[in-house]
Amino acid sequence: MSKNLFVGYNERDTFMHRLSGSTKLIGFVSLSIIGMVTFDTRFLLGIFLFSIILFWKSQIKLSEISFILKVIIAFAAFNIFLVYVFSPGYGISIYGSHHMILGNPNQFFNLSWEELLYLFNVLLKYTFAVPLALIFLLTTEPSEFAASLNKIGVSYRISYSVEITLRYIPDVQRDYRTISLAQQARGYEISKKANLITRAKGAVQIILPLIFTSLDRIETVSQAMSLRRFGRHNKRTWYMARRFKMADYLAFFVIFLIVIVGVLLFKVNNGRFWNPFN
Amino acid sequence: MVEPLISFKDFSFKYDSQAEDTLKHINLDIYPGEKVLIAGASGSGKSTLGRVINGLIPHAYPGTISGSCVVNGKEVADSSLFDLSFDVGTVLQDPDSQFVGLTVAEDMAFSLENDQVSQAEMKKAVSKWAKTLQLNELLKNSPQEISGGQKQRVAMGGVLIDESQVLLFDEPLASLDPAAGLASMKLIDELATKQSLTVVLIEHRIEEVLHANIDRLVVLRDGEIVANDSPNAILESEELVGLGLREPLYLSVLRRAGIAITDCQQIGHAETITNPAIAESLKSWTKGAKLTYADKKMTNLLELRDIKFAYGAGKNVIDGLNLIVHQGEIISLVGQNGTGKSTLSNLVTGFLTPDSGKILFAGEDMADLSVKERSEKIGYILQDPNQMISKTTVFEEVSSGLVLREISNEEIQTQVNEVLKICGLYEMRHWPISALSFGQKKRVTIAAILVLDPKMLILDEPTAGQDFRHYTEIMSFLEKVCAEKDLTVILITHDMHLMLEYTTRTIVLDAGHVIMDDTPAKVLTSDNILQRASLAKTSLYTLASRFGLPSADDFVAKFIESERRMR
Repeated sequence: MSKNLFVGYNERDTFMHRLSGSTKLIGFVSLSIIGMVTFDTRFLLGIFLFSIILFWKSQIKLSEISFILKVIIAFAAFNIFLVYVFSPGYGISIYGSHHMILGNPNQFFNLSWEELLYLFNVLLKYTFAVPLALIFLLTTEPSEFAASLNKIGVSYRISYSVEITLRYIPDVQRDYRTISLAQQARGYEISKKANLITRAKGAVQIILPLIFTSLDRIETVSQAMSLRRFGRHNKRTWYMARRFKMADYLAFFVIFLIVIVGVLLFKVNNGRFWNPFN
Repeated sequence: MVEPLISFKDFSFKYDSQAEDTLKHINLDIYPGEKVLIAGASGSGKSTLGRVINGLIPHAYPGTISGSCVVNGKEVADSSLFDLSFDVGTVLQDPDSQFVGLTVAEDMAFSLENDQVSQAEMKKAVSKWAKTLQLNELLKNSPQEISGGQKQRVAMGGVLIDESQVLLFDEPLASLDPAAGLASMKLIDELATKQSLTVVLIEHRIEEVLHANIDRLVVLRDGEIVANDSPNAILESEELVGLGLREPLYLSVLRRAGIAITDCQQIGHAETITNPAIAESLKSWTKGAKLTYADKKMTNLLELRDIKFAYGAGKNVIDGLNLIVHQGEIISLVGQNGTGKSTLSNLVTGFLTPDSGKILFAGEDMADLSVKERSEKIGYILQDPNQMISKTTVFEEVSSGLVLREISNEEIQTQVNEVLKICGLYEMRHWPISALSFGQKKRVTIAAILVLDPKMLILDEPTAGQDFRHYTEIMSFLEKVCAEKDLTVILITHDMHLMLEYTTRTIVLDAGHVIMDDTPAKVLTSDNILQRASLAKTSLYTLASRFGLPSADDFVAKFIESERRMR
């Protein structure tokens, strides 16, 4: 219970689970970058399909991620809507042509095939990275996160703070529950029965002791860490780091190929946009 | 002549945040292979002394040092925290916050990771120490999944893995139940011998630490060493009580029975102490002592009838529990962690609703009462006052519950002031809470509940982490208030002294129901129950069985009562 915040690691034995966390992270980051830069719909569709296949291969059950998935879908839909509302003619200005569906180019609100293609690209950009991120989160042991971050160049102090956060979230949740119960037992109402202002007051009543308790904890933790020489050297090793195996090198090769294709397409398209309207 | 491993020479220290020296002219040598207990009341400077040994002073706590402290040839003030950590491995008071890894194995390997040791070597070292400390089954477990005793073993593993010579424990018993505490002391003794370690223990509970077979006892008071000798020599001398510490119970009872400790041999343990006169004296003392039976009229206040409760679709955590608490009683609720003690108090306070069964309070069914309505009858006080206090001054904190009830200002003033006077906090009413000691904060949290005028209090580990003086202070205060206001109190605790000395009835919980409901003396002399509740035998019980007293619980009860009369 305490381990799963929104999504949590699930132990299974698949190709994706066996890859090192760093490989998955590098794959996620490099595909995201090339995907964010390019506006080639064919390429985006390709990596979208690719990430869906990987997702399917890693045997993640939809029920495990249904909540986060709903949040992402809602967010993406809302975003697309806003992008259109703020600038319905943006597609026309990018592609330099207009194939109208509704209205004409001189009106502010109009709809063109160019705009639709542009919005479709944006939608793909939002969605193709989601399965990749979920794969990283769900097939990598939390203990390996920090090691992976460090391996791709993030300083180990920052990487370790990720680990410490994961370590203490359940404790802080427990503190929160304890404090909340104690305050309610003194008559502070934070349930839905009370009105908003009363509930807000009740919440403050919990937050303050929670902050003080957490500050105490941080002090002890940082002492405990320096007593065991955290921060002594510029580098550290990781008990949970995974060594790169054949599969990882293979994965790097595939990632590299995809990125190269993406870059080559810039050349072919004479820029970031693939323009089917010419 | 062996060189001392740790050597204090005329050492004084003053924290920058304080006006006076916390340590004053300390001279102390600790030799390789010694097991030394540093004892003293809160504020005696014992924790500060520990911080000097591991280098947190002056590196994490700035202050002024005079004199010298040398650890394994290194002058503490001139060496870095990192250098010192190779010589001294520290196990902090709260093994939970010392646990910085996501799993047991990672936490044990933490210092090796920082030393850039290769993965293969780390795995080897972790598996070696996991075997020594019996943690092999738990290597992949998270800190939330293991017990306090196991966490402490992980913390020990995490420093032993450095192969440091000195092991320093800061209040190792504070967060363990009695059974785990006993096991921990025995383990420390065993490890020290096997690995030829030097062990420094900082604790105020002397009787329990004696199980680690310590070689030397150093007692601090007000920053000065007031005793430094073999434990036996100090135990003989009757000095401990005057120094704010608790004397081992078996010695107190022998003194009470008129035996001079100086005439006894092997006085370090209740299991070994001998003197031909003991058996006779104890028998005649027990015969002579009388138990008074309080003949109170019993009115039922809280009644639980066949309560069942499970979280979600899980197993019943509370499984057919029946319990009656009488008006004016002070009872203790004991049991292993996870047996449903907090679930039970949450059911009573209304945070959880039983799946079946009835809870009656003064004859009224509480099923329809909200948490808020129940809070007017039952007050709930947490172990850690910092988790309860949310205002900045004493008066504000104590009045905050009343303010919510929307009564007039003058009314609040009178009620709060009255409670503050009862709690001895009236003079401090305008003080900022940050200026209060732990014990005073505890009193503030109790006052903040008392002002709501409940009929019953539930206190979670009220004396955890308190030395003997503060323990006595808090408990006599609570006893007084309860008598004055005719309060009923349930103490959730692991503290066997607390059960014996301040409660009249002990409820033992196991697997969701009451497995024993009797006097504390009876509970603490039932072998089978002790084990199921993760309690330990008291030394009184050991004496009673060693010297063939007819009834152990009668003996325990009589001694506790005579202690009570002396108070």
